[in-house]
This record gives sequence, C-alpha cells and structure tokens, in this order.
Amino acid sequence: MELTSLIVRGLVIFTVFAVTLLIATYSTLAERKIAGFLQDRLGPDRAGPFGILQPLADAVKLFFKEEFIPSHANKWLFIVGPSLAMLTALMSSAVIPFGNEFSIDGQLIPVQGITVNIGLLYIFGVVSLGVYGLMIGGWASNNKFSLLGAIRAASQNISYELAMGMSIIAVLMLAGSLDLRQIVIDQQDNVWNVVRQPLGCVIFITCAFAECNRTPFDLPECEQELVGGYHTEYGSMKLGLYLFSEYINMFVSSAVIATLYFGGYDVPYLSTLGLDKNIETIIGIVALFGKIFFFIFFFMWVRWTLPRFRYDQLMNLGWKSLIPLAILNLILTGGGILAWEHFTK
Amino acid sequence: MADKLFYFLAFVTVLSALMVVFSKNPVHSVLYLILTFFSISGQYVILNAQFLAVVNIIVYAGAIMVLFLFVIMFLNMRTAAEDARKRNALIQLAGVISSGLLLTIVISALVRVDMAAHIAPAKALNTQVGMVENLGIELFTNFLVPFELASVLFIAAMVGAVLLAKREEGERNAF
Repeated sequence: MELTSLIVRGLVIFTVFAVTLLIATYSTLAERKIAGFLQDRLGPDRAGPFGILQPLADAVKLFFKEEFIPSHANKWLFIVGPSLAMLTALMSSAVIPFGNEFSIDGQLIPVQGITVNIGLLYIFGVVSLGVYGLMIGGWASNNKFSLLGAIRAASQNISYELAMGMSIIAVLMLAGSLDLRQIVIDQQDNVWNVVRQPLGCVIFITCAFAECNRTPFDLPECEQELVGGYHTEYGSMKLGLYLFSEYINMFVSSAVIATLYFGGYDVPYLSTLGLDKNIETIIGIVALFGKIFFFIFFFMWVRWTLPRFRYDQLMNLGWKSLIPLAILNLILTGGGILAWEHFTK
Repeated sequence: MADKLFYFLAFVTVLSALMVVFSKNPVHSVLYLILTFFSISGQYVILNAQFLAVVNIIVYAGAIMVLFLFVIMFLNMRTAAEDARKRNALIQLAGVISSGLLLTIVISALVRVDMAAHIAPAKALNTQVGMVENLGIELFTNFLVPFELASVLFIAAMVGAVLLAKREEGERNAF
C-alpha cells in the first residue's frame, strides 16, 4: 500500500519532469517556426517532416562541439553555472497543479509533483535562486564583458522580482492560501483572477518576461548592441544548457500565469455537465495545457514584435512604474476585500 | 529517518560554515554560505516549519547573498588579498577581541539555559505550529509589538539606504 502510493507518486513526478523537458525541447522549434511565420518565411523544415527532428539535430550539434573551457576561467564554477541555471529552471514545475485528482480504486491521485501548502512561496524562492546560474557563470568566465553581462542580468532579475512578489501577494490575499491548488479552487468558486486582478495580471506577466530574459527584456543577451552577456565565453552544450533553461523557464512561467490568473485546470461550467470525475480531470489537464501553449505562443509573439528596451528604460520601468503600481494594486485589493466583506455580510 | 537526515544536514551545515571561513577565494566563501543557508532550511523542513524554510531561502539565499556576490565580484580580488597580508596588526587585534566578546556572550547565554526544561515539552509539540496560518496568528497577537517594531526598523533602514544612494545637487549624473 505504502509502496504502491510511492510508485504512483514517483510516476507523477517523472511525468511532470518529462513533459516539462519535452515541451521545452519543442518550444525551440516552435520559436523558429513562429519567427518564420511572423516574418513571412518557412522556418526550419529540413530535418524530418516539417522540421520535426530539428531540436534533436540541434542537440547533436551542440554535444559534438568542442568542450572548451578558457584557461583563465575558474574551472569548477564555469561548469557549475549552466548546471545551476538548468537545476533552478527544472525545480519550479514540481508544485504546479497540472490537473485535478484522478480517483483510481477509491484512491485520489493529484496531478501535481509535490503537494505543499506553500507552493506559491516555493516558486518565488526558486525564481529568486535563478540568478545564481547567470552570476556564477559570468564571474567564472574571468572576462570583464562576461562579468558586466552577469551584473546586468542579475540587476534586472532582482529588480523585477520585487514587483512580481508584490503582484503575487494580491492573489494570495484573494485566495487566502499559499497553496496553488487552493488558488485554483478559489478561482473555480468565484471568477478567474484575471477579472479580479487585471492590473496585477499585467504586472505579473511583464515581470515574468523580465525574469525569463525574453524580449523586450533580453538585455542579458543583447548580442547586437552589447557584447553577448554572461555567456560570452560559453560554447557547446554548456551554452546549450543556458539557452535551454530559458525555454524551460518560459514553460514554467506560462504554467504559473495560467494557474494564478487564468483558472489553472478550471474549465467554466464543466462541473454542471455531470461528467465522470476522471474525464473531468482529463479535460482540465487538456485545458491547462491549452492555456500554457497560448502563453508560450504569446511569449514568442512578443519577442518577434517588440524591440528591446534600453537599459535605463528597463530600470525606470521596473522601479518607477511597476513597483508603485504593484503597491497600488495591493492597497486596492485590500480595500476591495474589506468593502466586499462589509457589504455582503 | 528524521534522525539520519538531521545528522546529515547538521554535518553539511557545519562543514560548509567552516568552508566559509577557510576558503581563500571570497566568492567561494559566499557560495559556501549559500549552501549553509540551504542546509539550515532543510533543518526547518524537518521541524515542520515549511514557511520559515522557504522564507529563509527567499530572503537570505535569494536576496542578501546575491547582493554579497555583487559586491565581491566587483572588487578586484587579487589586490584585496595582498592588502590582507599587509593589514594592520591593530585591526587584527580588534577582530579577535570583538569576536571573543561575542563568543563569551553566546557561551554565557547557553550555560544559563536549562536544557531539561526545554526538552520535556518537545514531545507535546504541535506539528502545525510552523504552518503559515498559525505563524501569522502568533505574530499578529502575541508578538504584535516586536513585529511592528521590526517593520519600523526596516522602513528606517530603507530610508537610510535611499538617502545614501541619492545623488545630491551638483553631483555628476550617470545617465
């Protein structure tokens, strides 16, 4: 009994992990296909039908490149950098509820890697650790341009973390719980948070773009007008890991945006149809992945539409616009909750 | 199970804390300090204080240590190491005295603690005490005044930091 539940739990964790990697892998292809579509060209179509083997070809190319470590670099930390970037990217999908519960033989199996009652804080903690991969990599390269790139990336990430944290607090005030599953259930009972928190939602999505280093906030890379950034000295699969962790982050942020503001696995009015619980769960999972794919597409759409910010514009937006707006949102939410309780009870 | 985990985490904590002091490269010291915070967070999880564990990681590992790393990366380490060798004997003496005083305080505080009195109620420990709800209720009822005082202290520190960083009139503007 104990063992079977352990095996089931292991299977769920393995599936979440595998799906995260698979979607991140195909995001790389999707990015190039969407770039092609937006620029009225085909995109990669040589490797397999419709270019479906392209990610595999990319990985093989990166693995077979020369494994180069600059002679002045700090060897261990040079390797630790990309590993940390990958590790922190992969850790956060563990607490996201990808669906409601399956009931098999009377046993309830939640579709979630680990069920903790502080899921929201866990994600925030992992996000705040993400900056170490970039900083260590940039410093260990022992190159002034890498170091400056690392500092640039780190200051961007820690600036936008603040506004992100404050927009999350408003969600937590509405749901009254740090548990992501509770937040989804709260949205099922009322309305999606995007309706109750339009400002918070915009702030959170903006900060998610900045945390993922995506255009228009891709100054950490910025290869055209500034030198490559923290990964200037990196090559082969170590560079691949840095770039790949960006796609994992994009998947995880899309999942978090969908969970916090767009109802997670909730499909409106589904429970009124009186379907079997397991079928409802499956529809919920499909719905959540639909939302996630939309946001991944949104990330790419913005990337190929908007130009990037200048560095002072980036800092001004973060500190002088988003943080005051997030505080305003907090006050409005608090006042709203008080007024609601006053007039309805 | 929890016993073995405790000893493992305690071993990692002490080892990495020692490495903070003994490693020659300051960046390595900072990284070991981050490892120390992680193993302390592990201890919190064993004590069923998940909230404290995550907040410890967010505040210390995620924010404060990033700033440490920032500053240390900007300094030129080679000259800093040479300075250390030439450092004044008086400064070293001051360091020894102040840390000796701290050690004395810690030891005298530990000696007065009646261990038996603290171990007995541990069996009746409420496992829910570390959960967010209970912690919040405790903070906003029994410990309201210290909590509010801490927030006043934070605001004072923030104002001070902004004041220090603000450019005065006539100073060169960076942008």
